Amino acid sequence: MLNSLKSIFFLPILLFGCSDNPLNSPYSENKSKQNILYSSFQERPKHLDPVRSYSSNEYAFLAQIYEPLFQYHYLKKPYELIPLTATKLPEVQYLDSNFKVTKKAKNASYSKYILNIKKGILYQNHPAFFKENNKYVYHSLKSNDLENVNTLSDFQKTSTRILISDDYIYQIKRLADNLNHSPISGVMQEYIYGFTEYKDKLRNLKNISNEKKISYMKSNKMLGIEKIDDFSFSIILKKPYPQFVYWLAMPFFAPMPWEADLFYSQKELKKKNITLNWYPVGTGPFMLTENNPNLRMVLRKNSNFRGEVYPSLEDKIKNNKLYSKNTEKVIPFIDEAIFSLEKEQIPRWNKFLQGYYDNSGIASDNYDQAVSLNSSGDITLTDELKEKGIHLSMATAASTYYIGFNMLDGIVGGKSNRAKHLRQAITLAIDYEEYISIFANGRGIVAQSPIPPGIFGYQDGIKKYNKTAYELKNKRIIKKNIEKAKILMGKAGYANGIDQENGKPLILYFEATGSGADTYSFLNWLRKQFKKINIQLVTRVTDYNRFQEKMINGTGQIFQWGWNADYPDPENFLFLLYSKNGKVRYSGENAANYDSKEFDKLFVKMKNMRNSSEREKIIERMLSIIQEDCPWIWGWHPKSFSLSHDWVENVESNLMANNTLKYKKIKLISRNDSIKLWNKANFTLLYILSFLFFSLVFSVFFMVRKKDREKIYD
Amino acid sequence: MINYILKRILYAIPILIGVNLLTFTLFFVVNSPDEVARLHLGNKRVTQEQIQSWNEQRGYNFPLFINESEKGLNKIKKTIFYEKSIKLFYFDFGISDSGRDIKYDIKQRMWPSLAIALPSLLVGLMINITFALFFVFFRSTKVDYIGVIFCVALMSISSLFYIIGGQYLISKLLQLVPISGYSQGVDAIKFLILPVLISVIYGIGSGTRWYRSLFLEEIEKDYVKTAKSKGLSEVSVLFNHVFKNALIPILTGVVVILPLLFLGSLIVESFFGIPGLGSYTIDAIQSQDFAIVRAMVFLGTILYILGLILTDISYTLVDPRVRLK
Repeated sequence: MLNSLKSIFFLPILLFGCSDNPLNSPYSENKSKQNILYSSFQERPKHLDPVRSYSSNEYAFLAQIYEPLFQYHYLKKPYELIPLTATKLPEVQYLDSNFKVTKKAKNASYSKYILNIKKGILYQNHPAFFKENNKYVYHSLKSNDLENVNTLSDFQKTSTRILISDDYIYQIKRLADNLNHSPISGVMQEYIYGFTEYKDKLRNLKNISNEKKISYMKSNKMLGIEKIDDFSFSIILKKPYPQFVYWLAMPFFAPMPWEADLFYSQKELKKKNITLNWYPVGTGPFMLTENNPNLRMVLRKNSNFRGEVYPSLEDKIKNNKLYSKNTEKVIPFIDEAIFSLEKEQIPRWNKFLQGYYDNSGIASDNYDQAVSLNSSGDITLTDELKEKGIHLSMATAASTYYIGFNMLDGIVGGKSNRAKHLRQAITLAIDYEEYISIFANGRGIVAQSPIPPGIFGYQDGIKKYNKTAYELKNKRIIKKNIEKAKILMGKAGYANGIDQENGKPLILYFEATGSGADTYSFLNWLRKQFKKINIQLVTRVTDYNRFQEKMINGTGQIFQWGWNADYPDPENFLFLLYSKNGKVRYSGENAANYDSKEFDKLFVKMKNMRNSSEREKIIERMLSIIQEDCPWIWGWHPKSFSLSHDWVENVESNLMANNTLKYKKIKLISRNDSIKLWNKANFTLLYILSFLFFSLVFSVFFMVRKKDREKIYD
Repeated sequence: MINYILKRILYAIPILIGVNLLTFTLFFVVNSPDEVARLHLGNKRVTQEQIQSWNEQRGYNFPLFINESEKGLNKIKKTIFYEKSIKLFYFDFGISDSGRDIKYDIKQRMWPSLAIALPSLLVGLMINITFALFFVFFRSTKVDYIGVIFCVALMSISSLFYIIGGQYLISKLLQLVPISGYSQGVDAIKFLILPVLISVIYGIGSGTRWYRSLFLEEIEKDYVKTAKSKGLSEVSVLFNHVFKNALIPILTGVVVILPLLFLGSLIVESFFGIPGLGSYTIDAIQSQDFAIVRAMVFLGTILYILGLILTDISYTLVDPRVRLK
């Protein structure tokens, strides 16, 4: 009887226990043994339309599917652009005011990029391309046609076509369409010739069907974009802009076939949530075969992918160190990648330790379990993780986090010496080394300027440093002590934190967002930093909407913000302090509303230059201006830590490249063996618990019986 | 009875309008459409032009309640209130702020929610009633006292503890089921065992105490004394008389929550990665997708009202003395 009861109790477990697959495996047995990379994502991507997508969690998928003209070399540092679908890097011509080619860059009114694409590149198979009798079958669908269609894979017939220059041109036109809400439409309007006019034309196309609009976009030219032939086209920029090539490496400039745009614009498909924003169509190594971002997203190898060569061995050798062991060449190496949604840290971390995810980040809760400091003060993996053969890779992100002063504010802002000394004093008082140690588990480096490591013009704090906050003492660069901050407070007219003009204590206001323990600990820490120089800091915590409103209206005083690089060029960070990007006056990204004529002049000169010693000198001068003026407290650059199992090959840290899935390789046998070893079901405790459970049931049964009899006989 | 149901449905309309007005006011007075747009367009390089276009595309460019620039019915129709709130009354949930069809998503996501909620309810009901009957059987003895203390202890512990503890014990130490995830069809069972088990254990404390008090109330009644005086055993009295008569409040308590099962559990779904309506709502709140939150609040209100109507109907089915007028 006991056995039969046990069988019933363990029935579900037995059902799944008959296979070779561990009981706690979240994957089916056949999937576990395939050449699949398993990973997780924390937040579902909002947009998968390249015209709109602009965040790293979206690029993690999008960049594997869509192919812009250029990509970052996977292994080279400093970051280097190489052709992806292009045959070579763009040929740039300078044009005079009559659009005639000129060799003198000084006379140039326009610049022209000539772009050539590789021949024979095919799109993934997709119903939008399928034709019968020279007519697209799925371009005018009715609700009856979609009775059995719930996802894109429910379409029976698919086809492909060759990539042509029109697809790139069409995508640039899509960038100009207001209804697509492209975040870079404003920037491109500034540079691409004819972009604004085209945008206006599209805006005026009101009450027009999608089909007609697409037809209009196909037939109407944008002035600055010219198709040379099926495999080459040119873009004219209103002014020289060397950074433009970096934009061409971003998914915004990925090709978009008009057929797909038309297919997805059908109302009946939208009702089923089959949209371009949800089901990408690309030429890349992978295609999205399952898109259920509430559960998982599956990328499968695109059978039409032309194949690509793994970066050469020479590229992998740097400072006599071999960075990768891979010898095979044709990528992608994996057949599929399954990304599962894991919102909570605990299951995500445990699944990684069980081997069910091939890679993982390190959340603050798991930090002590993952890494420790060795005797020489270096960060290293804990013994538990080392035993599992887990690897740690670290890289400093091309990002910066800072505390900004609103330069329009009456107390901390402005160009007066009084305000400048006050800002300098606060800069000295805030100890970012301590901040990184407390709030980032040491995962970051103190910033000397807005430019992060890996970007031209970066100051490492050793050879070059922020002279306002640091000084050379005993051959070491150290932060100036707090007494100097107090002297500066005196110079500013706030000796001992008292305003000498009215005798009142100085009170400053910090605009903060967020809630929860971390925010409040940070705010307490910040108040203590200000207290070092006797400033009372009042923190005003609001939601992000309200915070943005304050920034836009310029009513905030001190705030914290950050910036992730769009591309590896100092211009992408220094523009955050260019006066024409002021938040209040121009709705730009200069949230501090900093305005310096000399800085602006140098910025305009520097931004169109290629990296050279002359450019370096200009950047150095620009940095010294802002370091002296202190519109920001130069905060920190975060370090990214990522973990991967021993069986994952070709793991390199490249924080600019997003299309890295194609390089990853899995040693299947090693993974399967480890998973089996680490996930042996422990039945002993279960037997004990079951024994206790059944003992309890029997005891209860006998107790009831006994008492029932007693009651009857009473 | 049909008249009664119709009357109840008519009563529900002002309640729905009230809830709608309240949520509408909360969302659009606290956050202006511009702020919502800015939130959805991202942090970088957002221009006023984009905000305007986003608002236009989603109908947020209309006035809140009355559109003076329009004529006739369009004065009411071309307003945010009509577009975003009144349309809910004919189940047009529209598109979410992130651009997806809400009705389609709800249809897809209610089944995983139900897959957890229904077994949790049924198994929990059986276990809680069994425990409650057991404690009532041993009422006023040490078994009963210890049982009540045990129930209070179970009730006092946060649900997060059960979830994290369950994941640690069952999935990490014993390695018997996956720690989180979901799958379609039969494969879903292995993912459902742990969340169902945890939901059941979490509900034992409050459920048992509630049913215990119902049974205790019944056991004091005269018909029980009559049954006992006729010589019926305690077990027989409990199962054949007390249990049957206590079924009315049990049934009504269950029926009222039946429609709400579709809405799922906010925390359990989030921790176990179940793509149900609970996590749908949580995600919408976190990403401030007000279109989804509004739709879910409206749906929740309707289901709650439906639950109450069903409760009233179930009274008449289990107790012939009750008549609905």
